[in-house]
Amino acid sequence: MEDKIAIPQNGNQFDISALNLYYGNFHALKQIDMKIEKNKITALIGPSGCGKSTFLKTLNRMNDLVENVRIEGTIRMDGRDIYRDMDSIELRHRVGMVFQQPNPFPKSVYDNVAYGPRIHGIRRKHQLDEIVERSLRQAAIWDELKDRLHKSAMGLSGGQQQRLCIARTLAVEPDIILMDEPTSALDPISTSKIEDLALELKKNYTIIIVTHNMQQAVRVSDDTAFFLLGEVVEKGNTEKLFSLPSDSRTEDYITGRFG
Amino acid sequence: MNKNKEKSMFAKEYFWRSLMTAGGLFVILLTIVIGAFLVYKGSATFTVFGHSLWEFIGTAEWAPEDSMAGGGAVGSLIFLVGSLTTCLLALIIATPFSLGTAIFMTDISPKFGERFYRPVVEIFAGIPSVVYGWVGLTVLVPAIKTVFDRQVGHSVLAAGIVLAVMIFPTITSVSADAIRSVPQDCRMAAYGLGSTRWQAIYRVVIPAAKPGILSGVILGLARAFGEALAVAMVIGQTTALPTSIFSTTKTLTTEIAAQMGNAMEGGETKSALWSMALLLFLISLFFIFLIHHFSKQREYAAKQ
Amino acid sequence: MKQKVRRSQRVDRGMTFVFYAVAFFFFALLFAFASKVILGGLAGATPEMFGFLRKGSIGNQLFNTVYLVFLSLLFSVPIGVSAGIYLAMYAKQGKATRFLCLCIETLSSLPSIVVGLFGYLVFLVFFGMGKSLMAGALSVSILTLPLITKTTEDAIKDLPPGYFQASMGVGATKWQSVFHVLLPACVPRIMTGVILAAGRGFGEAAALLYTTGSGSDLRWGNWDITSPTCPFNPFRPAETLSIQIWNLQTNGQDRDLANLASAVLMILVLVFSIAANALSRRISRKNSGEKS
Repeated sequence: MEDKIAIPQNGNQFDISALNLYYGNFHALKQIDMKIEKNKITALIGPSGCGKSTFLKTLNRMNDLVENVRIEGTIRMDGRDIYRDMDSIELRHRVGMVFQQPNPFPKSVYDNVAYGPRIHGIRRKHQLDEIVERSLRQAAIWDELKDRLHKSAMGLSGGQQQRLCIARTLAVEPDIILMDEPTSALDPISTSKIEDLALELKKNYTIIIVTHNMQQAVRVSDDTAFFLLGEVVEKGNTEKLFSLPSDSRTEDYITGRFG
Repeated sequence: MNKNKEKSMFAKEYFWRSLMTAGGLFVILLTIVIGAFLVYKGSATFTVFGHSLWEFIGTAEWAPEDSMAGGGAVGSLIFLVGSLTTCLLALIIATPFSLGTAIFMTDISPKFGERFYRPVVEIFAGIPSVVYGWVGLTVLVPAIKTVFDRQVGHSVLAAGIVLAVMIFPTITSVSADAIRSVPQDCRMAAYGLGSTRWQAIYRVVIPAAKPGILSGVILGLARAFGEALAVAMVIGQTTALPTSIFSTTKTLTTEIAAQMGNAMEGGETKSALWSMALLLFLISLFFIFLIHHFSKQREYAAKQ
Repeated sequence: MKQKVRRSQRVDRGMTFVFYAVAFFFFALLFAFASKVILGGLAGATPEMFGFLRKGSIGNQLFNTVYLVFLSLLFSVPIGVSAGIYLAMYAKQGKATRFLCLCIETLSSLPSIVVGLFGYLVFLVFFGMGKSLMAGALSVSILTLPLITKTTEDAIKDLPPGYFQASMGVGATKWQSVFHVLLPACVPRIMTGVILAAGRGFGEAAALLYTTGSGSDLRWGNWDITSPTCPFNPFRPAETLSIQIWNLQTNGQDRDLANLASAVLMILVLVFSIAANALSRRISRKNSGEKS
C-alpha cells in the first residue's frame, strides 16, 4: 500500500494506447487510445456488443481466461504495462471487479468478504474481523448485515448481494474498481443505493463503470466514453458529451436513434 | 363427432393409462416384495433359531449348523468388518484420484476432458466386475505377493485396489457433474479477486460442490459394498478377522456367494446368509438416505 | 504482499502439475487395463476356443450371454418404459409418486448378489423353475428395470413442453399425444438407456450365480424347443461368459480360456457403451442444432 501514497493525486490511472483485441478472427476492439483519470468515475456506454464489457475486462485481464483471445497494444497502469510488466494475479489484487449478476459465493456473508484477505494470507481472526467490518461499512451495508454475518449470502436480496460483492472487492484494498453493468439485474431502489455508493467510493478509488443506462452515466460519472462496433467514438467530460457531442454517431445514440 | 367413436377413444385412453399405471405399480410391488422376502427369510435367524441381534452383528464366531435344528453360532462380525475395511480402503484410494480427475476434466483441461476423458471414464463404469476381478487375480495378486514378499497375494489390499478401480469411474463422473454445475459466475468472482486457479478451485468450487461430491462418494461406496465376485476372487476367503491390510478375510457378499449354493434350504446356515443379505439391503437403504440428505443440502444451498 | 502472490502462484503451478499427473496416471491405468484384457486375452487364444464345444470354448457361452440379455430386455423394456411414461405423464405430485421414485432408487442400488438370491428364491424355490436362462434373465431384468424407467422418464420430461401442448391443442387425447408425439421424439434416448442396460446385463455375474446354473452343452441344429440341449430353450441351464470366468477361476484351470472370455466380454461391453455414447452425443448435437 506504500506505493499508493507516492502516486500524485489526479494523475492518469490507466494509459491505454493502440489497443486491439481479437476473438479468433473477430476484431472486437479497434485501435483504442484512452486515458482514465484517478479518483474519477468513468462510464463506458454504447449499444450491446460494442465491446465496452470486453474493454473493461482487458483492464484486469479477465480476458486471459477466455480462449482464442489476442491482445495488441499497451495498457499502462501507473506507468507499468499490465500485460508485460505485471502478473494477472497481482494485477487483479489492485483492480477489483464487480459483475453484472451479483455473484456471492455460496458461503456466509463473513466468509465472502474475508475471502480476498484470506487468499492473500491474512489468517488472524481479529484482523479479518476488522477488514470485514470496514469493508461492509464502506459498502454501506454493515447495518443491514451485522446481525447475520454468519448466515449464507445466498439468502440476501439481489441489491444486498451486489453491495456485498462490492464489499468483497473492497476487502482486497484495490486502487481501481471495475463495474460491469452492476445494476442491470437490480430494482430501482437498489440501483440508486449502488449509485450513491459509487459516488462515495470515488473519493478513494478510481471507478470504471459499464452501463447501458444513459441516465446512470449522467448521474454518476465524471467522464464518459462512447463505444461503437469496437471503437471509441468519443470520450470526454460527461456533461459535455451528453450536451454537446462532437460526433454525430454519439448524438444519434444518446438521443435514442439507435441502440 | 360420432358418439361411438368418442366412447372408444375414451376407452382406449383409460386402457393405456391403466397399463402405464400398472407399470408403475409393478415397480413398487417388486420393491416391496423384495424387501418383504428379505425380511421374512432374514429374520428366521432371530425368530426360528433364536439368535440375538448382537450375536449376529457383534460377535465373530461363525459356525452355523447346516440343519433345521440349528444350535450353531452365527456371529458375522468377520464379514461385516471385511466389507467395511475393503470398502473404506477402496474409498481412501479412489476418492483423491477421482476428485483430481474430476477437477482436471472440469477446470484444468475442460476441452480435452469433455470430449475425450469423460466418455472414457463413463465407459469404464460399465466394465463387468468379473473382468476386474479376473485381472485382479491374475495381475494384482501375484504383484502384491512379489512386491511385499508375502506368502499369498490375496488380501484386503488387493480387494481394496480392485474395488477402487471399479468405483473410480462412478465417483469421478458424479463429482465432475457436481463441480461443473457450480456457476461460472462463482469462478469469475474468485478470479476477479485475484485468486489463482488452485485457490478458486480449493476455496470456492470444491466447497460449493461438496454435497454433490459426497453423493458421488456414497454412490461409489454403495457399489463397492454390493460387489461380490470381484472381491471374492482376490480376498482369499478365510474366515478370520483381518489383522492388517495383507490379511485374507471374507466380506458379506463373498460369503453369501460362496455358501448359498451349498447350504440346506431352511437350515440355520441359509438363514444366517439371508440375514446377511437383509443387512446388505438395509445398508443400501442407508446409503440412499445419505444421498437424499446431501441432495437436500444442495437444494437448500441453491435456494438460500 | 508480492511474496504472498508468488507463493500462491507456486502452489497453483504445483497443483496444476498434480492434476495433470493424476489424470494422466488414471488414463494410463485404464488404457493399460483395457489393452491387457483385450490383447492379452486374444493373444493366448487358440482357434478351438472360439468354437461351440461343450468344454474349452466360449461360443456357447457367448450365445447364452446374448440370448439371456435379449430375454431380460423382453421384460424390463416394456415394464420400464411404461413405468417411465407413468412417472412422466400420469403420476401426480404426492406421496405415492415419491414412494415410487424411492422404490426405483432402492432397486437400482440393490447389490446384484441380493437380486440373485431373490431370483433364486422366487423363480427356483417358489415357482420351481429350476436353474435356467429364464430365471437368470428375470433376475437381470430386475437389475436393469430402474435404469430403463429412469431414462424413459427423463427423456419425456426433458422434451420441450411445447410438444405436448401442441398435440393437446389440436384435440388429441393424452395417450395419443404420448404415443404419437412424445414417445417417437424420445426413442433415441430410450434406446441409449436400453443399450446401457444391455451392457450391464452382459457383464452380470452375481445375480446369475444361483439362477442360471452352468450348462454349456448345446446341440446346434436341435430345434426341439423343450429339449435341454436346444440353444433356444429358455428353460435350460446356461453358462454365460461372466459365469464362465467365475467358474474357471474357482476351478483354477485354463487361464487362457478365462482370459479370452474376459476379452470377449470386455469387447462386447465396450462396443455397447461406445454405441450408447455415440448415440447420446448425436442426440445432444441434434438438439442443440435445433435450438440455434
